[in-house]
Amino acid sequence: MLDTKRHQGHDAALIATVTVVVAALSILPMFRLGMEIIAPQGRFSTTALQSALSSSATWVATWHSLQVGIGGTLLAVILGTAVALLISLTDIRFRSAFVLLFVAPLLIAPQVTALAWLQLFGPASPFLKLIGLAPPLGSRNPLYSTGGIILLLGVQYGPLVFLIVRAGLRKLPRELVEAGLSSGAGKWTVLTTIILPLMTPSIIGATALAFVSCVGNFGIPAFLGIPANYLVLPTLIYQRLAGAGPSVLSEVAVLSMLIGIIAMAGIFAQDYAARRRDYRIVSTSLPAQPFALGRWQIAVEAGLALLILLVLVLPLVGLLLTALVPAYGVPLNWQTATLANFKFILTEHGAASRAFGNSIGLSLAAAAFAVVLAVPLGYLITWRERWWTKFLNLSAELPYALPGVVLAIASLLLFLKPVPVIGLHIYNTIWIILYAYLARFLVLALRPTISGLHQIDRALEEAAQVAGAGLMRRMRTIIFPLVAPATLAGGVLIFMTAFSELTVSALLWASGSETIGVVIFSFEQGGDSSYAAAISVLVVAVTFLLMLSTNLFARHLPSGVLPWRD
Amino acid sequence: MAGLKVKNLTKRFADFAALSDVSLDVADGEFVAVLGPSGCGKTTLLRMVAGFEQPDDGEITIGGKVMSGAGINVQPENRKVGIVFQNYALWPHMNVAENVGYSLRVAKVDKATREKRVEEALALVNLQGFGERRPANLSGGQRQRVALARCLVAAPSLVLFDEPLANLDVHLRAAMEDEFAAFHKRTGTTIVYITHDQAEAMALADRIAVLDHGRLMQFATPRMLYEEPANEMVASFIAQGMVLPAEILSAAQDGACRVRILGQEAVLRCRPDEIARADAKVCVRAGDLEVVEMGGIPIRVKRSIYRGGGSRIEASPAERPDIELHFDLPDPARLEEGTQARLAIRTGWVIPRAEGAVR
Ligand SMILES: Nc1ncnc2c1ncn2[C@@H]1O[C@H](COP(=O)(O)OP(=O)(O)OP(=O)(O)O)[C@@H](O)[C@H]1O
Ligand SMILES: [Mg+2]
Repeated sequence: MLDTKRHQGHDAALIATVTVVVAALSILPMFRLGMEIIAPQGRFSTTALQSALSSSATWVATWHSLQVGIGGTLLAVILGTAVALLISLTDIRFRSAFVLLFVAPLLIAPQVTALAWLQLFGPASPFLKLIGLAPPLGSRNPLYSTGGIILLLGVQYGPLVFLIVRAGLRKLPRELVEAGLSSGAGKWTVLTTIILPLMTPSIIGATALAFVSCVGNFGIPAFLGIPANYLVLPTLIYQRLAGAGPSVLSEVAVLSMLIGIIAMAGIFAQDYAARRRDYRIVSTSLPAQPFALGRWQIAVEAGLALLILLVLVLPLVGLLLTALVPAYGVPLNWQTATLANFKFILTEHGAASRAFGNSIGLSLAAAAFAVVLAVPLGYLITWRERWWTKFLNLSAELPYALPGVVLAIASLLLFLKPVPVIGLHIYNTIWIILYAYLARFLVLALRPTISGLHQIDRALEEAAQVAGAGLMRRMRTIIFPLVAPATLAGGVLIFMTAFSELTVSALLWASGSETIGVVIFSFEQGGDSSYAAAISVLVVAVTFLLMLSTNLFARHLPSGVLPWRD
Repeated sequence: MAGLKVKNLTKRFADFAALSDVSLDVADGEFVAVLGPSGCGKTTLLRMVAGFEQPDDGEITIGGKVMSGAGINVQPENRKVGIVFQNYALWPHMNVAENVGYSLRVAKVDKATREKRVEEALALVNLQGFGERRPANLSGGQRQRVALARCLVAAPSLVLFDEPLANLDVHLRAAMEDEFAAFHKRTGTTIVYITHDQAEAMALADRIAVLDHGRLMQFATPRMLYEEPANEMVASFIAQGMVLPAEILSAAQDGACRVRILGQEAVLRCRPDEIARADAKVCVRAGDLEVVEMGGIPIRVKRSIYRGGGSRIEASPAERPDIELHFDLPDPARLEEGTQARLAIRTGWVIPRAEGAVR
């Protein structure tokens, strides 16, 4: 019986460890944030609440957040749904290539997207200069506007909508479409009366997710809105903190709660839609036969290629050209093109070269930690399902579902003073950024792990159990090797996202703990667009390299783990 | 080697009783099959014996040691039972030798001994030289044999099989059946073998436990199940027995009594304590029925299905169209649909009054 006790001990230890870690990363910061809102600095008071809510800047920013949130969402939904319908339902060629290219903007950090577009349309645009269309120097960049922010949010999150709607379309049983066709309906009628109604749950879900992302986005309104003095809630929080420091923490906590509430409304809507989705399509069958485009095929393909040229290729070319320009406004040609900007950021500028080290370290650490934790956590959630395991799952989702600003403020509040009892002091160090990354990105490894575990027969673990293997050994020799591809793909996703992350680190960095995102942002704010562009070019290159190299082991992955792979 | 004792086992999933009050006493070295319709709780029983599920009530003892019940719950990894899963459950990331040798590695057996025992286990299932192969590159039958070898290598005292042949084609099934029987003979391991294939259970098992709706219906030798079913469920489940209403006319004498079935008198086998009663049920099988010219029960033929060398006839008594009868009619005799005929009952079994399990 001693043996029994020891094994149950392992079990309990695993459950306890995982639960404590998840609670420390999710419940604790959110609880701290909530405390600050009702009882700033530990004393019950409504002063902070009142002063934040009575300031007109708060409501202007809220209004702006809603404006760009709704506008960006609409654009993303229209763009994403249209492309998803075209790619999924028609006999278009080069499908995988289109999917890869169309999804790419989602993996490029928003501030890099913003920078790229700014370089493309600005008066100093090397590209417009090349083709002789540049506006006169000194004129205003048309993207510094509400419309510009909405456009870029739509481009950034259109792929998100695309992925969700496409997943929905793939589950559409072909009998439903064929039944419509054989009762005499034309393709267009089938699309509007059968396919789109069946897709409403997917589209609603995608809309909600896009809305949460748009409202929480920091990079795009920071690059496009701050110069035009057009502030949304995340950028208002940033400006307050940057201007007055920790003394306004209680007030910005209220602001972050406002974004939290707006985002939550989106999450609840999505949850509602997800619950409806289950019963709407019951049969599982082969996907529908693609509609033949006939003589339109070339035109549609050309249209999609043009779209990709506009939203991906041109901005990146603009970025690259800017990175090669020796100084602001100098026209680019073979004589003037230079690699000096790359040399400068990599070797000469202290903060920039430090940032590369910091960001690589942070994203590696976050990815490694998430991979190690995701396996036992996913195991508890799927194969040891109990009533409380879904709370574990929800807790892991929360820091990612809420806008990054909320988590950043919560982390600040948590670590502003050394942690009582253990005396841990990480405020103004790189460790606070790591903490926030661990909390925020864990779920990106957890989700593929869970879907991987769902596809593995539990008997494989049971067979090891009757062979006498204890929990730790099964975890190591059976469960981890079996889900490793899915979990590691999640790790790669984390690395890519964290590598150029800005929202969280913009609020948490200090001298010495700059991240790549922060350095890009500072260069751009200081007017050094060429340096910012040079770093961004490197970031994009790393992202694409990772995408292509993970594609190599994609056949070992459950489908849907790599978003860019069809 | 170890016997298995299951005492008053009960398992509920929410309000649903998957097993109620099941007791089995499997002797050391015995081959027991568990038989029953789909959803009757066979897998649940096996998973509780293995330790994957905890009973709500009752006790499980293996080799004299209590494994579940009375506040004790030995983890599956410490029960020293082997399982052969229906879908093999071979680990795809290990080759055949690694799969088979896993439990030895867990037990920290040194490498040389391990390799020797893996080779022996593979030889037992006729898979010498397959050690380097990946499970994905094996046929269904080979996979099942690897699963068997993996379970044998640890020399478990009790081996559980959950429908091990369900995924195999008919020919392979027969071959694997022989292999299981040979394995049992050679090693004398106690085996609990779950199946819903009666022929398989009859061919392999020393005794069969019939489950229905989570209750044990009867636990007896194949012959007993066939000849002396304990209740209507077993009577109709085993070999498609027909359960007919009857009146017992005389008390048992020398293991038989006179009964009246559908207006006809016949002498049927019965328990020695059977007494005259009106509400009896009897079990007759296709082979017990015979077409006669005179006397017998008048019937109307509903369907005739040609079976090669004879036909299977489905019919109803002329006076009781709600009762279904079926029997085999050897060629060249024929009975077309709608024709009338007469049937005599040669023998049968009086189903004992007190239903419930007999041990
Ligand atoms: N985890 C569970 N939760 C709820 N109900 C369950 C669970 N496991 C089994 N059941 C139910 O218990 C009953 C018995 O299931 P079990 O798997 O033991 O049947 P079985 O006899 O093995 O059937 P089959 O021959 O189809 O494999 C079934 O009605 C099943 O739906
Ligand atoms: Mg079963």
